Amino acid sequence: MKITFDEEKCCGAGQCVLVAPEVFDQDDDGIVVLLNPSPSDDLREAVEEAAAVCPANVIHVE
Amino acid sequence: MLSKPVSPLPAEPPRGCPFSPPPQYAVLRVEEPVSRVSLPDGSWAWLITRYEDVRAVLSDPRFSSDSAAPGFPRSGMVTAGEAGSLIRTDPPEHTRRRRMLTPHVTVKSVSALRPRIQEITDELCDAMEAEREAAGSPGYVDLVRSLALPLPSSVISLLLGVPDEDHDVFQSITATVMSRVNAEEERTAARARLLTYLRELVAGKERNPGDDILSGLIHDRMGAGELTHDEVVGTAALLLVAGHETTANMIGLGALTLLRYPHAAEELRKDPSLMPGAVEELLRFHSVTRSGPRRAATADVEVGGQVIKAGEGIICALASANRDPEVFPDPDGFDPRRANSQRHVAFGYGVHQCLGQALARAELQISLNTLLRRFPELRLAVEFEDVPFRSDMLVYGCHALPVTW
Repeated sequence: MKITFDEEKCCGAGQCVLVAPEVFDQDDDGIVVLLNPSPSDDLREAVEEAAAVCPANVIHVE
Repeated sequence: MLSKPVSPLPAEPPRGCPFSPPPQYAVLRVEEPVSRVSLPDGSWAWLITRYEDVRAVLSDPRFSSDSAAPGFPRSGMVTAGEAGSLIRTDPPEHTRRRRMLTPHVTVKSVSALRPRIQEITDELCDAMEAEREAAGSPGYVDLVRSLALPLPSSVISLLLGVPDEDHDVFQSITATVMSRVNAEEERTAARARLLTYLRELVAGKERNPGDDILSGLIHDRMGAGELTHDEVVGTAALLLVAGHETTANMIGLGALTLLRYPHAAEELRKDPSLMPGAVEELLRFHSVTRSGPRRAATADVEVGGQVIKAGEGIICALASANRDPEVFPDPDGFDPRRANSQRHVAFGYGVHQCLGQALARAELQISLNTLLRRFPELRLAVEFEDVPFRSDMLVYGCHALPVTW
């Protein structure tokens, strides 16, 4: 699983942090930070959910 | 494609059942998911009722949030602090201004606030207990006045750096702004007093900065010429109104819902770790912002099979999207264990999605968990039919919630 995101467009809502805290965090400005760019497959569901609820649609999962 | 000449609905039709959005939405989602609605000034806009279409509109930069854009749907009511504010700007200006505020409301900074939110909740519950005792038997406490309103009020006071000695006056002005009991002119006067108060608060912080959002904006942004005094005041008003009325009404409705679904309440009392999921479901179920996000098309865009032309207005019915059976099976049922409740759009969607959502979640989770724990015998002191619902306000909820135990 490969995760990419566009931090320029991140609006800092923090939904990804709530849904997949093992993978996503926010920096001090609220912008998305990737804790783990290629997490194990058991986290796939949570990561895909994080991408689905991201209001700025900036998280992409391959 | 031309729109069918339907007789237009009002943009915000009344609710039928107090716990359900307007019944017309279910019909529109099937028969005419992009429909014409009439606005108070006689113009019309497109009403979007399906979940996928609502998300598509709110995440599409071709739909502008700027109320000065041609065709922007006029609501007839302008919330204090709305005009020219963050919620009425588009990227890149919106991005720049929103990023000034996000550091204060990240998941992490709100987590750090949780102990303080719990303390405030405990103090308010102590006062509720004292009031109930003093009332004797039969007696009741108004949960809206004793907890649902003062909790967000205290928390926003904390964030804005309202000094302790001003809390009472600040809360009383805020309560007047929000109340239905007062005449419109009293509310308008209270709004003016609130703006005067906020102007003085900001001026005071320019002289004596503290450790709060406004002082941060003044120091970091006004100093650098990125914000004016008036823009800081406008931001304070927006944070106050947006972060206040919505949360207060969700706390009241949340408590009432748990009283109406005692099995769910019992489950949550036994296992408080279920509360975050239950709060997402409460947000989905109630969708308290009656006037959904408004946009103006800046290009011809097809939505749900209908071409929306540049210069036409759009209103997204969040309450309808949150009851869309394509996304939420048995959408009119309240299920605190619903697997995908976090997909709700109660906070909106797109780059304007509620800035204070982490704060709202924390206040709801803490207040409802504390109510369940401290008042296991909590019950309504009036018939459900006699609860005064805010069918007349932009933010749905209860005007009062008489409870006893």
